[in-house]
Amino acid sequence: MEAKEYKTIKTEIRLPYELAYGATWTRFFEGLKNKTIYGTKCTKCGRILVPARSFCPRCFVDADQWVEVSQVGTLIAWCYTNYKYFGMPTEPPFIGSLIRLNGTDVNFLHLMGGFDLNNFDEVKKIIKSGMKVEAVWSDDRKGHIMDIKYFRPL
Amino acid sequence: MGRPVAIIGVGQTKHGRRMDVSYPELVREAVVAVFNETGLTPNDIDGVVSGTMPSMMEGIALTHFYFADAMQAAGKPIMKTETCGSTGVSIAHTAYYWVASGMADLVLAVGHEKMNEGNSQATMTTVAEPFYQRYFISGAPGVFSMQSQMWMDRYNIPEEKIRDAAAFISVTHHDDAFDNPYAHIKMKVTMDEVKNARIITYPVRLLDVCPNSDGACAVIFASKDMVKKLGRKPAWVKGVGYRGEEYFFGDSDKVVWESAIQAAKQAYDQAGIKNPRKELDVAEVYNPFTFQEMLFYECFGFCEPGESPDMVLKGTFTRKGELPCDPSGGTLCTNPIGATGLIRVAEAALQVTGKAGDHQIPKAKLALSHAMGGVDQFNGIMILGSKL
Ligand SMILES: [Zn+2]
Repeated sequence: MEAKEYKTIKTEIRLPYELAYGATWTRFFEGLKNKTIYGTKCTKCGRILVPARSFCPRCFVDADQWVEVSQVGTLIAWCYTNYKYFGMPTEPPFIGSLIRLNGTDVNFLHLMGGFDLNNFDEVKKIIKSGMKVEAVWSDDRKGHIMDIKYFRPL
Repeated sequence: MGRPVAIIGVGQTKHGRRMDVSYPELVREAVVAVFNETGLTPNDIDGVVSGTMPSMMEGIALTHFYFADAMQAAGKPIMKTETCGSTGVSIAHTAYYWVASGMADLVLAVGHEKMNEGNSQATMTTVAEPFYQRYFISGAPGVFSMQSQMWMDRYNIPEEKIRDAAAFISVTHHDDAFDNPYAHIKMKVTMDEVKNARIITYPVRLLDVCPNSDGACAVIFASKDMVKKLGRKPAWVKGVGYRGEEYFFGDSDKVVWESAIQAAKQAYDQAGIKNPRKELDVAEVYNPFTFQEMLFYECFGFCEPGESPDMVLKGTFTRKGELPCDPSGGTLCTNPIGATGLIRVAEAALQVTGKAGDHQIPKAKLALSHAMGGVDQFNGIMILGSKL
């Protein structure tokens, strides 16, 4: 039985979806279109959550107090990615990053950029956890998470 | 905790690249192995629990239907449990609850995966919703490398020390796998090779990462009456714990990692364990990434926060150390995801029944098994002991 190659079949599944944002995500993405990052404040625990949420995941009460949050923050953690898999929505190399925007209480997930990403050794000299960063906007904004191009080191 | 429950037999396939069999045939291999081991037949089984990665991995939905014949499940109660990487421990918990509740006396639990047939990182990415997080999460390695960095920063652990400790873990587990007849990767590696391997997602390098394996594992859970009746050496379930995280990755702390800490605490409380490093004889910790294994040691109370790299380098967790971890070579050397957690449980059962062969930890009586799933979302524990 060993050393023999058996037949395989190549197959693929593609299914269309249309996912509803609801009012809160819609308003958050409209904000990005206007170069504004919105969070919502939980009236019970007082945390400012970003992206904006319709309810606080901890207190389970509506989080309907809208706040415009800072576009400047602190880099908490980052991950340099230079490999690709099927369906990857962001073209590598990229730096997935957790950013604590000033005045907020959770980490916002986005990209670091604004410098040459092709050479990791160079990237490692520039990027440091704890550094101050600032949002850089795309010129072509569609009401989408990528309306923020990336965060750049300050 | 309900009625006492024990594992009375385990079966594993040879794990690796298994393009020599179709997926149901692979599943049947593990099921046949556990029936051969126990002398039981499908007629003896009251119910079947099965599980995989999210079905995007398989390309076929309702895998418990696809494998119904291979598991001899037709005409029986059947359940599927699916929690990504922790699927195997979730399957074990489901089977345990079924017997503990008194609704069944013998339950067959089967975990399985053919990683080489699908795309694991593309599947992982579908765990993140497509309008916010999916753009930034580069599969499992991305999430875990961010977590490793946060851990490093929190406790000011020198990067070099962590790098050395992670390399040490890779070297020892790769050595351990040679003594496990079912392990996938059997390869001698050196500290230098690990430290200079190709970067996957910094600081994680190729030899810090588990392989893509095909494999299946089958385990039979029995009530106390059945254990007596069958006269088999039992591995008693002493404690189970399971916790999930909040959904968004940035919402909760992944260093003081509550799902891991609380899952272990729940299981320890049930098992009456106060000092896990002293009381446990062996642990099968889910370790798809060397760095993450060290974080688990801390979350499970094997050592103090920030202390694990020092303890690793002292050899505390090697096979001759104070608390041997992953003497099977662990997930780092074998990762058929839907089976992986159940393999941890099966290995713990083999250890406390003295059946682990060349990687047996002498006189092991109390063992912890663990698996983690999702984008750092789930942690599950099952503690097994030789005595009720
Ligand atoms: Zn709240």
